[in-house]
Amino acid sequence: MDFASFLIQTLNSLQYGLLLFLVASGLTLVFGIMGIINLAHGSFYMIGAYLAFVLTSATGSLVLAVVLGIPLALAFGAFLEWALFSHLYKRDHLEQVLLTYGLILIFEQLRSLLVGDDVHGVAIPAFLDASIQLTEVMSYPVYRLAISAICIVLAVALYYLIQRTRLGMMIRAGNDDRGMVEALGININMIYRVVFALGVALAALAGMLAAPISSVFPNMGSHVLIISFVIVVIGGIGSVWGALVAALIVGFADTFGKVLVPELSGIVVYVVMAVVLLWRPEGILKKG
Amino acid sequence: MSVTTKNEVLLQADKLTRRFGGLVANQDISVTLERQMIHVLLGPNGAGKSTCINMLSGDLPPSEGRIHYLGRDITALTAAQRSQVGIGRSYQRTNIFPQFTVLENVRLAAQSRRQQPWRLFSKAMEQKWALEKARACIEEAGLGKRVDWVSGVLSHGEQRQLEIAMVLATDAQVLLLDEPLAGMGSEESASMVEVLKRLRQTRGILLVEHDMDAVFAVADMITVMVNGQLLECGPPAQIKASVAVQQAYLGTEDSFHV
Amino acid sequence: MNANASLIPKLVALAIVACVPLSGESFYIEMVGKVLVMAIFAMSLDLLVGFTGLVSFGHAAYFGIAAYAVAILSPEYEAASLWYVLPASVGLSALAAFVIGLFVLRTKGIYFIMVTLAFAQMAYFIFHDTPLGGGSDGKYLNNKPSASIFGWEPFDLTNEVHMFYFVLAVLVLVYLFLARVLQSPFGRVLVGIKSNEHRMQSLGYYTFRYKLGAFTLAGALGGLAGFLYAVLSGFVTPELLSWHESGNVLLMVILGGMGNLAGAIAGAFAFEAMREIFADITKYWQLLMGGVIVAVVLFLPGGLAGVPGRIKRALQGGDAK
Repeated sequence: MDFASFLIQTLNSLQYGLLLFLVASGLTLVFGIMGIINLAHGSFYMIGAYLAFVLTSATGSLVLAVVLGIPLALAFGAFLEWALFSHLYKRDHLEQVLLTYGLILIFEQLRSLLVGDDVHGVAIPAFLDASIQLTEVMSYPVYRLAISAICIVLAVALYYLIQRTRLGMMIRAGNDDRGMVEALGININMIYRVVFALGVALAALAGMLAAPISSVFPNMGSHVLIISFVIVVIGGIGSVWGALVAALIVGFADTFGKVLVPELSGIVVYVVMAVVLLWRPEGILKKG
Repeated sequence: MSVTTKNEVLLQADKLTRRFGGLVANQDISVTLERQMIHVLLGPNGAGKSTCINMLSGDLPPSEGRIHYLGRDITALTAAQRSQVGIGRSYQRTNIFPQFTVLENVRLAAQSRRQQPWRLFSKAMEQKWALEKARACIEEAGLGKRVDWVSGVLSHGEQRQLEIAMVLATDAQVLLLDEPLAGMGSEESASMVEVLKRLRQTRGILLVEHDMDAVFAVADMITVMVNGQLLECGPPAQIKASVAVQQAYLGTEDSFHV
Repeated sequence: MNANASLIPKLVALAIVACVPLSGESFYIEMVGKVLVMAIFAMSLDLLVGFTGLVSFGHAAYFGIAAYAVAILSPEYEAASLWYVLPASVGLSALAAFVIGLFVLRTKGIYFIMVTLAFAQMAYFIFHDTPLGGGSDGKYLNNKPSASIFGWEPFDLTNEVHMFYFVLAVLVLVYLFLARVLQSPFGRVLVGIKSNEHRMQSLGYYTFRYKLGAFTLAGALGGLAGFLYAVLSGFVTPELLSWHESGNVLLMVILGGMGNLAGAIAGAFAFEAMREIFADITKYWQLLMGGVIVAVVLFLPGGLAGVPGRIKRALQGGDAK
């Protein structure tokens, strides 16, 4: 591998890892704070991608689609939390698995009913549809760089939100000690709703951003879901920064795995997970 | 430590310290337990008694300090391994298998001494030795009338007795009992005290207990803890007379712990 | 246990199922045969979920590994010996479960669910991506294994009726085996672990070893089901290892009431029946299935925990003291 292709693969790894972080951060927060295992989280990614497809077709612009899609995703997340997930907090994991598994069936079938089972492409916004010349023969698409940039901005915003704001303080407290939060008279239900909606919106946004690169296709959420599980396992449940580190590890392992050992590329990330499990069963950044 | 006897030292903890993040839950706690002795751990809520008992039972690894059992260093052993060497415990919150009968709870405890997991085709209920031992332990804990009851429907006090029967069925030489009298009526309490006295004849008992009457009725040795620190250790008469204990615990409890 | 009261309905059900080949309809014989295979699969998972309290979301891996093993180990142009491929495929599933168990059993709760799922996905990709498994199209089993022993052939698996009764016999044997295991000291420890693992440890049990034993045994029996499936259907695809399969078998266990072997069998029948009925009503049957699942979780007061007990009491016709 020469330097230029190494550089390209590195950029691809970063972009893929950061995108996965958007999905996994919501998943790990919901796990960590609410103690809920949500198999339907991958569906939010799928829904985001299909929103991008439908809204871009309607408005002619992916940017507009994202601007419209995010509030929709937030509202959808808040609604789901209110209607379904708020009933799951005190249930055991098996029931959570069951309900969210049922949701996947429903979401996929609705998707099939409303949009069909075909694969669709989504156009890259014109102003990002360019490439940067790396060497004389190799160039890199600006759109992928833009995805990385957006994800980095969001990661920084998430850091600020969790470390510096009152909401973030409550989130951290809820993560550590639910009883204390309630004792302080803070409305924990509101926190849950906000966090859940945020997680849905982040996953949907990841789907929207990925749509032009990966296209939009049935069951696209399930692979992302399982990879996100791997990230949460590697990073440690409830740790957003663990999720960031783990998402980057997975991004690099998967991207370079495809180049270096193409036949085994599907299992590289799982091998990484197995090694981490042996080394630290609670994840690399698990607190305490 | 003013009293010395000829009894065999069963359990010896040296300078156990346990930290949770920045919080020091136990600092330099040393406890000695001899055979035929009831050693009571006393202290206000939050003094760190449960932390201490958890370190002794292996449920919680100490941050510092060593634990010896019959002279052997057992600090690194897990809870299951400690049970196998002879340290048994009961829990502050009743911790039984509620859907099993009393007999099955204790039989399961007895079975742990002779595990033969590869014998997939033998019936557990036909292992005579375990059943006999279970019945004997149930009798010893004073629960003979309830052998065939589903344990979930027993009274609170009876469930505490069941816990003790389970510990006995594991051949424990050291009994770590976390508030066995909690929530008991005076009659139940009195019969439990009798059970404890009987068990003392051949074993060593470390007791965490709040009920002062019971404590002074059975204790051979008392260790008083306050805020994770060891305040005083000695026979009941010394503890009763201690000004420090009076101030810290017995008398002005409310003003002391925050 | 009131043995007689529970035995009669079971024997009646067995007799009814045993009459299916009398219909002479290949379609029904194969369909019911597949349900019986799923019932074996569901019982194997119930050992983990219902009796040991381990919610595995990757049980399809062991089903699929043995199914692929038959297809790979059988020579292309002649029949393999049943007495070689059967233990070999089941053994491979058991080995995989043992090795994966060493990893996943280090975790608990949500972690365990995720990690079992992830390892199953890893197995999926091994058969999907490598030349071993023949890609996403899967692999054909051209010749069903031969049961012949030194020239004597007790039964013929290429005969659909023989195959059906072979599956039914395996189901009965697995049921009797598991029922017996659950009464053994080993089985009692598993039930204790489900109830309160921490307490079992403080009683001196090295629970990890017991859980690993249960995980391996469940993997082997899941493999047995996968083996039968491959022989019955004549081909295997990576989808056998997919997480939808893991989810479906979990549903069967839950439908039948966890911790109840006969219930797991009933759950497999109920699941397949639901699928057939919903598919008859609409081609969007997943919508109905999903809706039913969500409604069951939301509207069963006290959660599903109460259901097994109710079903158990109903099935056993008395209290199980």
